[in-house]
Amino acid sequence: MKLVLNEELQFLKDTASNFAKDKAPVSHLRKLRDEDHPNSWDEGLWHEMVELGWTSILIPEKYGGSEFGLAGISVVLQELGKTLVPSPLFATGVLGVTSINQMGSEPQKEELLGKILEGKLTTALAIDEGSHHEPANTELTAEKNNDGWVLNGEKVFVIDGSSADLLIVIARTSGNKGDVQGLSAFIVDPNLKGINRRKVPTADSRNYANISFEDVTISAEAILGEVDGASDQIQKVLDFGRIAMSAEMLGNTEEAFAITLNYLKERKQFGVLIGSFQALQHRAAKMFCEIELTKSAVIAAMHAADENSNELERLSSLAKFQAGTTLHTVSNESIQMHGGIGVTDEYDIGFYLKRARVAEQIFGSSTYHKSRYADISGY
Amino acid sequence: MSNLENFRAEVSEWLEENCPPSMRTPMVEDEVVWGGRNAVYKNPESKIWLDKMGEKGWTAPALPKEYGGGGLNSDEIKILNSELFKIGARPALNSFGIWMLAPVIIEYGNEAQKMEHIPKILKGEIRWCQGYSEPGSGSDLASLSTKAEDMGDHYLVNGQKVWTSYADQADWIFALVRTGPKEPKHNGISFLLIDMADPGVTTKPITLISGKSPFCETFFDNVKVPKENLIGEENQGWTIAKKLLQHERNFISNFGLAAGGGDGSKTKGVVGLAKTYLGEENGKIADLDFRSRVTEHKMKEHSFGLTLQRAGDEGGKASAASSIFKYYGTEHNKNRYELMIEAMGNKGFIWDGDEAESKEKAITRAWLRTKANSIEGGTSEVQLNVIAKRVLDLPA
Repeated sequence: MKLVLNEELQFLKDTASNFAKDKAPVSHLRKLRDEDHPNSWDEGLWHEMVELGWTSILIPEKYGGSEFGLAGISVVLQELGKTLVPSPLFATGVLGVTSINQMGSEPQKEELLGKILEGKLTTALAIDEGSHHEPANTELTAEKNNDGWVLNGEKVFVIDGSSADLLIVIARTSGNKGDVQGLSAFIVDPNLKGINRRKVPTADSRNYANISFEDVTISAEAILGEVDGASDQIQKVLDFGRIAMSAEMLGNTEEAFAITLNYLKERKQFGVLIGSFQALQHRAAKMFCEIELTKSAVIAAMHAADENSNELERLSSLAKFQAGTTLHTVSNESIQMHGGIGVTDEYDIGFYLKRARVAEQIFGSSTYHKSRYADISGY
Repeated sequence: MSNLENFRAEVSEWLEENCPPSMRTPMVEDEVVWGGRNAVYKNPESKIWLDKMGEKGWTAPALPKEYGGGGLNSDEIKILNSELFKIGARPALNSFGIWMLAPVIIEYGNEAQKMEHIPKILKGEIRWCQGYSEPGSGSDLASLSTKAEDMGDHYLVNGQKVWTSYADQADWIFALVRTGPKEPKHNGISFLLIDMADPGVTTKPITLISGKSPFCETFFDNVKVPKENLIGEENQGWTIAKKLLQHERNFISNFGLAAGGGDGSKTKGVVGLAKTYLGEENGKIADLDFRSRVTEHKMKEHSFGLTLQRAGDEGGKASAASSIFKYYGTEHNKNRYELMIEAMGNKGFIWDGDEAESKEKAITRAWLRTKANSIEGGTSEVQLNVIAKRVLDLPA
């Protein structure tokens, strides 16, 4: 496994880079926020992404996709992360596609992947229930009744949860809270009776919802994969999500750092450029080292995913930890190095900080992944 | 691929035949081979192993065959290393000559110099030391004042070097000397090779906080050095000096990986020590705070290793990269030893005597030795300056 990007990936990355700069600079996110956009992402921009083929990147050729793999969609998200572009690409193009492809039946794959490919379907993965990510703590129940299932429970922090056309709900079908096994996945129409979606305004101005399910009746065909089969399968979906999110966070980090470096080269105090101060230079140099380490972990993890490596879980946790800790530091330092202007809403750098803390929690914080890495490594 | 597979088979067969049995056991400290005129081989198989590897050119597999190297490409070197690793082979030769000097002689030396010096380095016949720092020139290396006066057919060298590693055991020294006293400081330095057996060269060991003396002071008192020992042009030595520092930094940065313990012996590693001294519960290090810190350390190490690999895959030999690796690798190694002695608790600082095992005492000494890692070869602060200025382009 060579830790470089091939020509195909470099091309995808360049395309996404131009797209983000031309079509969706940070002012795009600011505008959606200021007008309190109901979806928190722009329909027109999303369709341009679909036309560029980005929803097809993770879809196998067999179902009409381009099969560029997790590396393909990760480099796109990395570039979109540089200008904090909100879109359904992560929840639909990574989580939706991987869930359906990993767990779905042939007819489900044909139908759902086809719709995603064409931009006619967006999805949301409803998994977390508490203040911290931990799939084993799933309590939402799915109980069999005569001709299907009945869902009862509460999901929180569902990415794109208020806008998605289809929910992928992780439910407990056996065992108790805390058991790793006993989980199943269901595809659920969010407009069914008994479902209450509440959009949660968050610091990063993106789309999240808390969703309650009260005696929601779904058909027997709504199950994705086997009964109790999601416990193992969902880890692969989550690992794909963690790696793609790490790539997006790497993009956040790179751009926040670049903006800050520029500022150090422009801003004068005491008659000199503040970038000439060794106190700031050394902190910038240390951040640079951490960013280099993060790049390596992210590249290794996305290639591992595409090569079906048995190191996937360990590298996924490494990438999410490395991306999380680095973004944490860089987002804080970026504000501090900007001084007063850094804490004004008018200046963009604050958007990176607000996005950072949310992204750090998605599918496991740095602490969660440190512990998971230790478990896998036998420490 | 089949060529490489053939190569792997050949290597494996050759090693089977030529690597003596005791050379497949973990290195012990007093059997480390540095070569040289005065080398003493406590274990005679060390000498056999050195000679075999030297003949094959595999003490420096990347260097050209014509100068005694292995002439291998990077894929072949990976295979050689993996086969050596597989049988647990000891390094045949530790050598500043190979790690630092040979690459710059290849780049800047003339043909006669290459033929004269490189084969002797690779066979371990001549042991080299480095004459860079001076009492008045630490981080500000270019301010050095050891002078070499042009006396027609030779230079007359006078001055003092410090932190010359193993100078008391070395045969030759590569030294930075001032040949242009009136030039701006970077433009008056030359790169000179000096035979330590020449009259006027003396050395004196320096005892470190670890109790050991890997470094010396080296004095030059009217030493006559033939002009043919000048590498490159007169007064152009700073360019060569910087290049050599990159090789040195790359070599030191390998300390950041667990394989290079810095103490020359295979220790248990920080996880093993933690489990031994702090106990384990269900396979986990029992002290959860320590477990968390060890895990973070191992994760950084993993990412650092991947970064070294990526730099190789990108084929980049940017000078600034060596500063990143030197900074990160040495700070990481210091942290590793802090964790190791902390894991050992009150066994972590026993200096001498029979109340601790020798491998425990070795870790204590090695912990102290690592404190110099982030000073030698350019301090961490100097590396951060280099990154800030050359990579990030921050203003002076």
